[in-house]
Amino acid sequence: MKLLDVANLNAWYGPNQVLFDLNFQLNVGGITTILGANGAGKTTTLRAVCQAVQTTGSITFLDKRIDGKATEDIVRAGIAHVPDGRGTFTALTVEENLKLGAYTRKDRHEVQADLERMYSRFPRLKERFRQQAGTLSGGEQQMLAISRALMLRPRLLLLDEPSFGLAPLIVKEIFEIMRQINEEDQVSMLLVEQNASLALNLADHAYLLETGKVVLSGPSADIKADESIRRVYLGY
Amino acid sequence: MSAISKKIILAIAVLAAILLPFVLEDFRVFQLNLVLIYAIAILGLNILTGYGGQISLGHGAFFAVGAYTSAILISQVGMSTYLTIPIAAVVCLVMGVLMGFPALRLAGHYLALATFALAIATPQLLKYKGIEHWTGGVQGIILDKPTPPFGFTLFGNELSEDRWLYLVILAIALGLFWLAHNLLSGRVGRAIVAIRDQPTAAAALGINLTFVKTATFGLSAAYTGIAGALSALAVAYIAPDSFPAFLSISLLVGVVVGGLGSISGAIFGALFIQFVPNVADEISKSAPWAVYGGMLLALAYVAPDGVMGILKKIKNRRQAQ
Amino acid sequence: MDSFLLQVTAGLANGGIYAAVGLALVMIHQATHHINFAQGEMATFSTFIAWAMIQAGVPYWIAFVVTMVVSFVAGLLIQRIFLKPVEKAPILTNVIVFVGLLVIFNAFAGWIFEHTIKSFPSPFPVEGMFLPTYFSGHQIGSISVTLVVLLSVFCFFRFTPLGLAMRAAAFNPESARLVGIRVSWMLALGWGMAALIGAVAGMMIAPIVFLDPNMMAGILLYGFAAALLGGIDNPWGAVVGGVILGVLENILGAYVIGSDLKLTMALVLIVTILIFRPYGLFGKPIFSRV
Repeated sequence: MKLLDVANLNAWYGPNQVLFDLNFQLNVGGITTILGANGAGKTTTLRAVCQAVQTTGSITFLDKRIDGKATEDIVRAGIAHVPDGRGTFTALTVEENLKLGAYTRKDRHEVQADLERMYSRFPRLKERFRQQAGTLSGGEQQMLAISRALMLRPRLLLLDEPSFGLAPLIVKEIFEIMRQINEEDQVSMLLVEQNASLALNLADHAYLLETGKVVLSGPSADIKADESIRRVYLGY
Repeated sequence: MSAISKKIILAIAVLAAILLPFVLEDFRVFQLNLVLIYAIAILGLNILTGYGGQISLGHGAFFAVGAYTSAILISQVGMSTYLTIPIAAVVCLVMGVLMGFPALRLAGHYLALATFALAIATPQLLKYKGIEHWTGGVQGIILDKPTPPFGFTLFGNELSEDRWLYLVILAIALGLFWLAHNLLSGRVGRAIVAIRDQPTAAAALGINLTFVKTATFGLSAAYTGIAGALSALAVAYIAPDSFPAFLSISLLVGVVVGGLGSISGAIFGALFIQFVPNVADEISKSAPWAVYGGMLLALAYVAPDGVMGILKKIKNRRQAQ
Repeated sequence: MDSFLLQVTAGLANGGIYAAVGLALVMIHQATHHINFAQGEMATFSTFIAWAMIQAGVPYWIAFVVTMVVSFVAGLLIQRIFLKPVEKAPILTNVIVFVGLLVIFNAFAGWIFEHTIKSFPSPFPVEGMFLPTYFSGHQIGSISVTLVVLLSVFCFFRFTPLGLAMRAAAFNPESARLVGIRVSWMLALGWGMAALIGAVAGMMIAPIVFLDPNMMAGILLYGFAAALLGGIDNPWGAVVGGVILGVLENILGAYVIGSDLKLTMALVLIVTILIFRPYGLFGKPIFSRV
């Protein structure tokens, strides 16, 4: 069973069509990355999976169709989205943000245990747990955003440009944490990134988007190895 | 439609408007006077809210000031009736500009709130005993309708006071609409809209925000003040309770019915606020305002862009075919 | 000195009611970024419902609670039915809807209950339970009731998961959806709570100013002023603002300008505050980047 199966996906912002007949699949346990230049439609693809934009075509998650459902229900099905710009509740505290991540869960004790685990994984969040989220640094907000998403205990984590606006050292740290999460907690990931080299090092599979269409796909090891593809499409 | 045929249609419409009072009885003419007056007031509000994007729920205050200015000058100072109208305009212009300054710092709901407060406080202010010997207090001021300067009969109806007033108001209305049209379709209008949509960019382009915004307020107030002055003449009686908060709300409703940012829509807005309460009364004797409220809701859901919005949609659909 | 203190205490009692109305307005604004111009009329209608029940022989506190519940449900339904369709529409369209609701409620109140002024009972003893020389029973009672309501609202938002979810939905509806919060229902809940608070305010003020369809118009204005004074997005600000306004109104009315111009005073206050502190005493400006 595929974790996520997207077929013939089209997406619109109002009257403007942005995605054209997209097809891609995710396997359980894997990390897949979507690459492409600005405006290629990467963020829109993640939004389409969450049904935050108008779409046609089928999106199947764990053998159930989720296209046409409300975002709130897709979240309950087990998909957590870390949007571009982090989406933190800046006026609320760190701990309130984390608790909100578990809003839909009914198991109070487990939620508390997960909270402790987040704090031990991200000691900096523990230090600032009473602080207003908006006062955190960029890197800390990114950690908070990822932790909040993980509080859902999702099967699938969508990440939109986690490296954006962060110093290289912090980015390295965050990507390492993402690898840990994938391996230890078995959380599958769909990662949208502009930084192709980082993404290809983390992911096992890659799709390349250009103006709303898939132009290239394959195991990231192959794409990394192919110099001509890298030069032409990825710029390095 | 070519420019010439548009002008011909306009000329025919104006001619019809001039002849109209002579085929209707006096009371209907009186109602039409009110429609024209409201149209001017609505146009004034539309300049501020539709073009300028500043929501005012207090334009009834300018209407009242214009009416009282005119009435006081006629009854207490003995000034010639027609002279009071431009004076009322100037008074309201100044008042509007002065109000434009605090309005600079307020946006959206805050401005709506402050102006709503003005609307609610206006009747109380007008009743204030301290200025009673000017305003006539709760009893208000009674005026005489201006007498027509000459007499003639057309279509079997003579030039009565109401019909003469109609012609005066029509002339003023046409002048004001023409002025608004010219101002708003030119540089001034573009500046006003630019400030509404992108104030930072507008300022960067050298538009003086303070000047334009306060001037817009002043112009809007002047228009509504003229309408108020004319209403004093048309009704020949004003009192504090003639200007309740509801008047300000009605003017805003008129703007929305006509269509935000539309000059010709003002007529439809005026027709709505003048006649719909009567229609509502026909539908339900006991709760006419409930019907009125229901129509407002219907307006918001079905025709948020007003009558002009609907007309535009029809025109676009025709063109697309 | 005595009469001064009496003005102050009366001001405190009234201030509590303005605070309650202001709080209702702030709540709806926090959740929806709209100001509910129909708040006063809804509260008046709720008070009429309570009056009708009491006339029919229902004991006061039962009528009180039932009115609270009915108002809550009504507020919720109003949001679902009338405001959801225009959620994404421009401000003016929403304003028209609010005005429409205002007019309808006022009309129905007048139609069903007529325009004769009615007296509304106070459940509290005539003599104040505390500092009887300065506070009447009703004043102490209404201050206490207002305090209980405000405290409950505070605790709800601060300490319950649902309250947290409502705050999140108000601050950032997009992100709130991403954690599974049903944002639309949060808005409806906010309306329900605001309607409930408004009903309580109405039932507390009615014994003082007597009940007629236009009872709340002036009070609504003071509620606005309280909300603005405190900063439109600050619930505590509304409370402080309401109290300040209540006391100021009475002091100025008694010693400076006379009661004729009370509404005007509110107007002058509102405009003055907004000139010097457009975001209220405690509000924070929201900077948006170009």
